[in-house]
Amino acid sequence: MTVNDPSSTSLQLTDDGQLRHFLTLDGLNRALLTEILDTADSFIEVGERSIKKVPLLRGRTVVNLFFESSTRTRSTFELAAKRLSADVLNLDINTSATSKGESLSDTLLNLEAMASDMFVVRHSQSGAPHFIAESVTPGVAIINAGDGRHAHPTQAMLDMLTIRQHKGGFEGLKVAIVGDVLHSRVARSQIRALNELGAAEVRVIAPATLLPRDVESLGCTVEYDMARGMKDLDVVIMLRLQKERMEGALLPSEREFYRLYGLSQEKLALADPGCIVMHPGPINRGVEIESAVADGPQSVILNQVTNGIAIRMAVMSMAMGGQMADRNRKLAGRAQA
Amino acid sequence: MSSLKISGGRLAGNNTETTMLIRDGQIAALGDAAVNAPADYDFDATGCTLAPGFVDLCCNLREPGNGQKGNIASESLAAAHGGFTTLCASPDTSPVNDSGAVTNLILDVAAKRSGVRVLPVGAITRGLEGELLSDMAGLAAAGCIAMSNGARPVKNARVLRRCMAYAQTFGLTVMFSPENQALAADGYAHDGLVASRLGLLGIPEVAETAAVMEMLLLAEETGVRLHLGQLSCARSVEMLADARRRGIAVTADVAMHQLMFTEDALAGFDSRYHVRPPLRSEKDRQALLAGVREGVIDAVTSQHQPHDSAAKQAPMAATEPGLSTIESTLSMGLLLVKRGELEAAGLIRALTTGPASVIGRSAELREGAVADLCVFDPEASWTPGRANLCSAGRHVPLPGKDLPGVVRLTLCNGQQAWPSLSA
Repeated sequence: MTVNDPSSTSLQLTDDGQLRHFLTLDGLNRALLTEILDTADSFIEVGERSIKKVPLLRGRTVVNLFFESSTRTRSTFELAAKRLSADVLNLDINTSATSKGESLSDTLLNLEAMASDMFVVRHSQSGAPHFIAESVTPGVAIINAGDGRHAHPTQAMLDMLTIRQHKGGFEGLKVAIVGDVLHSRVARSQIRALNELGAAEVRVIAPATLLPRDVESLGCTVEYDMARGMKDLDVVIMLRLQKERMEGALLPSEREFYRLYGLSQEKLALADPGCIVMHPGPINRGVEIESAVADGPQSVILNQVTNGIAIRMAVMSMAMGGQMADRNRKLAGRAQA
Repeated sequence: MSSLKISGGRLAGNNTETTMLIRDGQIAALGDAAVNAPADYDFDATGCTLAPGFVDLCCNLREPGNGQKGNIASESLAAAHGGFTTLCASPDTSPVNDSGAVTNLILDVAAKRSGVRVLPVGAITRGLEGELLSDMAGLAAAGCIAMSNGARPVKNARVLRRCMAYAQTFGLTVMFSPENQALAADGYAHDGLVASRLGLLGIPEVAETAAVMEMLLLAEETGVRLHLGQLSCARSVEMLADARRRGIAVTADVAMHQLMFTEDALAGFDSRYHVRPPLRSEKDRQALLAGVREGVIDAVTSQHQPHDSAAKQAPMAATEPGLSTIESTLSMGLLLVKRGELEAAGLIRALTTGPASVIGRSAELREGAVADLCVFDPEASWTPGRANLCSAGRHVPLPGKDLPGVVRLTLCNGQQAWPSLSA
């Protein structure tokens, strides 16, 4: 039975296929993902100017709505919005309204009254940005800055930008994602992006306790043995391991995890010599990655941070453009009628 | 007392046209004997099906205590609109139905405000906390027809075993929704493809099947009459059939929405379809349908759970499980019949004689029987929406869709329950 569901595609794309919200990479095709990467490329140059501003969002208000704390993601979103000349308001809801018992819907109604144009949302529950996108008034763009285990689409896109810069493209690439895939919104978005952009193979390398059910259906192969999994790799992406995983009986100890799934120079040597090492950060040295690897010549971890600002500028300006196009279409429709 | 003659309708099951005379709350005559009998009122049921009133083994009426979600008056009217005449009211009320006083309150309100029969199900543990036995014998004496822990878990197998042994002492039926709490943990969606893609916390199949196995073994040992409510997994149906073959006194039901939908309904984070047990895979749905067709599963329930809008206005993890289903249970069943997934006779059996026998009642249209019946037009259609729904809960399945099956008349004890006489 097809259920009348507000699918992600119709929610985040305008009728002519422009981005109006940025919630997930599901339903976005290769052309659109490439457009995001190309737009971000053009913004990298802005960051190198002495006056690092373009007027694309001048007069717009962007609210960083963080229900879960974050330093880097929030500051790169803030910088991105400011470089686009928007006014930025940072709200850590963690410590404000919801702890007083206000519901998410009520918080939103109040924020909308401030006439914001865009909400950048991070939330610990999967689907929260979808819920917000469905409830806000038309004209307000929602950007997902990470929701539960579901998606972290700007992080995945900045990783794609980094890969493209180093590898020239995605055709034929073999990419591995190592570690806690189960709890990782980043991994889900990366697997989706790599598949859509045409990577040859995406492998996930982890013990069974850290893999989601039927993980292959997301578009990847599974490898329990890291030595085997490193073979011929062009890109290896390490995921952050949370300390709580030991308490949840998902892993015995950090030491055993590092021995089996940590990225050491020895294991990296098993990959293709040109293999780059990535990590969405913050890194746990000696838990998922050896310091010598994190700081070594194959590591592109710091590039990832720089690219983060450019990708966020790209999706913010594109989503605002989509909202404007929606509005103009509606006004034109009304004028005709 | 006045009499009513219903003519032109066809009997569910054998599909023969018949005339029925209702007098003094009973079916006074059926067939030729009714044709020429004088009656005060006539009801033209041409094109309609005559079925025994539907019996619902799992229905949440939300009274006492949850007036914002519904009450006995609103939900029993919704039930009559859906063709139901007998409702087993879940003990998850506030306060919980774990004392004769609460049972009496429910029965008193139902006597005044409900057009259909309300049969309270008692809490098997005190406060539904899953730890201490409730006064089961007292609850039964007050009118509870079975004991259940509602949608809440029993703390451990030892408590479960004692619940069963104690209930068996008094010949009581116990009803459980099998779920292993440790395995279900914080989950709220089927642990499968959709949950993996959307990053939803999963409830694995084994959370149900491990509990089914445990309950079957304990029922066998204690000899209690066990009813497994709201199954969702293919493996549960297999284990049930196997237990039956070994002669264990076990019956089971499935919620209609489990026969209709799969995990795919959660696409786009549609929290309307956040239900418990969760909607599972197509393979599970097919096995549940086969279970109903073959009679391994005795009954189909509405598992009606009306909610206020705030209960569903949040990201899925923060929403409450449950659909407001009782007005569209028949329609969903008829959709399955139209698709060839269920036979009409099997559907009616699972809504009438099947559940009735679980609670030791009958549901038949024969002379001398209590006039509990439902007259519906299987070809007519309706669209669930604010204008025509009686339940206080608005989270109906398939909102705005054209659904087959319109209930024209519901009689309970020979009294008209639908269309409502008070409206």
